[in-house]
Amino acid sequence: MKFTTPVLDYAILSPILIVLAGALIGVMIDAFVSKTRRPIVQLILTLGTLLIALVQVFRIRNTTSLSAAMGSVIFDGPAFLLQMTILIISIISIFLIADNENFTALAAALPGSIEEQEATSKGNQVTEVYPLTLFAVAGMLLFPIASDLITLFVALEMLSLPLYLMAGLSRRRRLMSQEAALKYFLLGAFSSAFFLFGAAYLYGYSGLVSFAGIRESIVGGTGNDVFLLIGIAFLSVGLLFKVGAVPFHAWSPDVYQGAPTAVTAFMAAATKVAAFGAMLRIYYTVFANAQWSWSPLLSVIAIITMLFGSFVAIAQRDVKRMLAYSSIAHAGFLITGVIALNKAGLSASIFYLFAYGIATVGAFAIVTLVRDSAGEVSDLNRWAGLGKRSPWVATIFAFFLLAFAGIPLTSGFIGKFSIFSAAYESGAKSVVIAGVLSSAIAAFFYIRVIVLMFFTDSHEDATTVVIPSVLTRITVIVSFVITVALGVYPAPLIDFINKFAIFIR
Amino acid sequence: MTLSLTLLMALPLLGAAVLSALPKTNALLAKQVALGTTLVSAALTIGIAVQFQRDNIDLQFVESHQWIPSFGINYAVGLDGISLVLILMTAVLAPIVVLAGWNESQSGRWSTKTFYILILVLEMMAIGVFAATDVFLFYVFFEAMLVPVYFLIGGYGTGKRSAAAVKFLLYSLFGGLLMLASIIALYVLSGEQGGHTFDTQALSHLHISSMTQNLLFLGFFIAFAIKAPLWPFHTWLPDAADAATPGTSVLLLGVLDKVGTFGMIRYCLTLFPNATKTFTPTIIVLAVISIIYGAFLAIGQKDIKRLIAFTSISHFGFITLGIFAMTSQGHSGATLYMFNHGFSTAALFLVAGWMSSRRGSSTIADFGGLQRVTPVMAWSFFFAGMSSLALPGLSSFVSEFLVLVGTFTRYPVAAVIATFGIVLAALYILIPVQRALHGPTTPGNENLSDLTLREKIAITPVIAIILFLGFYPSPLLKVINPAATHVISQLGFSDPAPTQLGGK
Repeated sequence: MKFTTPVLDYAILSPILIVLAGALIGVMIDAFVSKTRRPIVQLILTLGTLLIALVQVFRIRNTTSLSAAMGSVIFDGPAFLLQMTILIISIISIFLIADNENFTALAAALPGSIEEQEATSKGNQVTEVYPLTLFAVAGMLLFPIASDLITLFVALEMLSLPLYLMAGLSRRRRLMSQEAALKYFLLGAFSSAFFLFGAAYLYGYSGLVSFAGIRESIVGGTGNDVFLLIGIAFLSVGLLFKVGAVPFHAWSPDVYQGAPTAVTAFMAAATKVAAFGAMLRIYYTVFANAQWSWSPLLSVIAIITMLFGSFVAIAQRDVKRMLAYSSIAHAGFLITGVIALNKAGLSASIFYLFAYGIATVGAFAIVTLVRDSAGEVSDLNRWAGLGKRSPWVATIFAFFLLAFAGIPLTSGFIGKFSIFSAAYESGAKSVVIAGVLSSAIAAFFYIRVIVLMFFTDSHEDATTVVIPSVLTRITVIVSFVITVALGVYPAPLIDFINKFAIFIR
Repeated sequence: MTLSLTLLMALPLLGAAVLSALPKTNALLAKQVALGTTLVSAALTIGIAVQFQRDNIDLQFVESHQWIPSFGINYAVGLDGISLVLILMTAVLAPIVVLAGWNESQSGRWSTKTFYILILVLEMMAIGVFAATDVFLFYVFFEAMLVPVYFLIGGYGTGKRSAAAVKFLLYSLFGGLLMLASIIALYVLSGEQGGHTFDTQALSHLHISSMTQNLLFLGFFIAFAIKAPLWPFHTWLPDAADAATPGTSVLLLGVLDKVGTFGMIRYCLTLFPNATKTFTPTIIVLAVISIIYGAFLAIGQKDIKRLIAFTSISHFGFITLGIFAMTSQGHSGATLYMFNHGFSTAALFLVAGWMSSRRGSSTIADFGGLQRVTPVMAWSFFFAGMSSLALPGLSSFVSEFLVLVGTFTRYPVAAVIATFGIVLAALYILIPVQRALHGPTTPGNENLSDLTLREKIAITPVIAIILFLGFYPSPLLKVINPAATHVISQLGFSDPAPTQLGGK
């Protein structure tokens, strides 16, 4: 038997390798650099790594060799756009993570134990959150460019494991945070099992793990359709879990609420981009010719997800939970883009992911600012009268909410319009109508928060808004500016996306 | 300097930008800047109106720039006679509202500066919504203008202001989203028939199957019927008008709601001619119900602001009736009605606002004998009331007459029932006039002060316009008629020949 050395195309893998290298150096820094200097060194390293990776992704955008590592990853236009999006969102959220008020002093200590108190009084900080973030980012970068089932699964675990840990790092309400982490881990593991099961069936169907191979089998139509259906169904469960679609959404409100807000911001925005990136690739290329089998099912899931997310969000009394349900509704809108299965749908989904991700980070950044003496206040009732006390913070938050609601002159409107028109074009009219209706329902709870902030008088135990640090301020301002710019003049970005949004099969 | 619609829209925005740079404490300066900006805008609009060629049925002052080329979206604006008249109304009402509501912003949650920023942004968007010739651009203004109004009602209103603001916003958003679905469908259809576009003219040439056309028509029409508001979509209006400050109410009922009736002409009729024919009978019925229902409920109101709101529902019924009568008189009348209603409602709301701010109550029963205590205010209210009931010699008479004549030639029964609306109008106006102005002076009213010089200056142009157009409406009609005839002929209608009675 002859053994060939695998050919790796380092240029294409370079962004991921850069991020991984940064993460490893980060681990070393945690081991060798003194405690006082760690945070700043880590921040500079992480930021530098992400920026270099971003530059690198941009440099290889027109690369000629498309697949690397023996065809297990593929770097095409959408891959480029998605990696850019993930990196930009990560860079913005890093500033938020760096504001480490959010994090526990010692993650390994039992909540309320003496050790923890000591660590807190010494002013320790969990700098390991930086390398963890980088590991997760590396997984997210790999997820949408994976082009065989094994790589896809490795990437899925690579992005998930650090996130499970990060969800448990909250400084306050640590039990809740740890519960969230455990829940996320258990359900995540459960869905990974589904994912693997589906992958196994697809292998059984085609005899191959590569996307191209499975696609050819589907086009050829010689395999056993039962295997294919089971494969698609279970693989979809794994992916739908990651994006938080109903009925696989149960983890997301608890995790969003329990995790440190900075982590929630990062997770909500970046994971969604990675997971939808992979979903788009799989449904647009691998399963495209089996549309008859998954399109009706995904349509139903999209409709349920949009309506459920919007309806349940109305009942929420906690801002983070409300944003969690709103993100479920948005997952439904994004599935609409998957169903569209046309070029407009792909461009629209990528635009939506970018716009939504940025606005999400911005909104959660504002949540970190609203505090009382015991820390962040996510109870909506205590947000009453915020507009009076800190008009700017409230105004910007209101703006993000309007963007989520899809009011014109915000990025959300352009996103919603483009994704719905793509879906309508492909004939998914009922999904579009459900989407429009759930937008109307969703508007209700976004507006309710605006009413609370501006039109309700504050209680006695009023919250205060801390003066944002420079870091958080950067996050808020950058995401605000992008959200406005994309609402008022989105043409350059849309053209840019259109230029690249073609999958290579 | 050449006049352009973009300039006209940029001006209020510029004023708003200047305002936002001013210190919060200097309320007087903020008011002066707002008044100055609105006055310059009004002057500019009059300039545009003078340059407007009346006999030219093509769009004028056209500007078009690419906005989002990959979706075929343009920043495209232009004027025909109908939109010119409505922009003129908006621009003239704005300084009057600023001047009349000089102290309105004091009871608000936020500063005076913010109040006028919102007003100016609203003015800009109102001009934009009437000027847009690109459906997407229209929709952007249509939805975005809800935000300033929402904050004007919720932040500066009285009573249950935040509930009213939310109700207003949710109703409007719901309608807007239905319209969005229709717009998306139009976009897709235009893509299938030769390239994505949102140009109103191009969209009117699309071939749409009758079933689809009906659905799309409904998407647009419900949005406009909520805005206008037509029975049974009207329930948000009385609450909003009750809670808003008088100035905001004038902008809300006078300007914003006209977007609904304007949209019916510009979009429902021209984009979906066949569906229009299908739904016309139903809409005529709704319009007649609105006329009668609004009038009856107005009679029953104890609160003066709610009363005016219900009279407006009745008036919007007349406008809708005129539009869907599909005769050129009906159309001209409806457009003129929109203009006149803006001013007569402004007069009513402003005087009612002054009365209630002096008395500290807007319940009609709390007034009485105002004629003796505050004669100028009482006469102003009386005049505004006469304008609202369409007394011959005042502007609204002309438009109401045209609407009824236009309707009678095609739908005599509807016209006859609608005429009862005029009788009821006399009731709903004369009852409050009698209770509030005449009779013995109600205790508590003895020391009310009459209109100040500022208030007199504010109400004078309104009264002047109502009187002038009552006797000599032809300057406006000459602008409106060509556009109205054009719309009707495009739909394939011609005016029915008058039937001769007893000739045979």
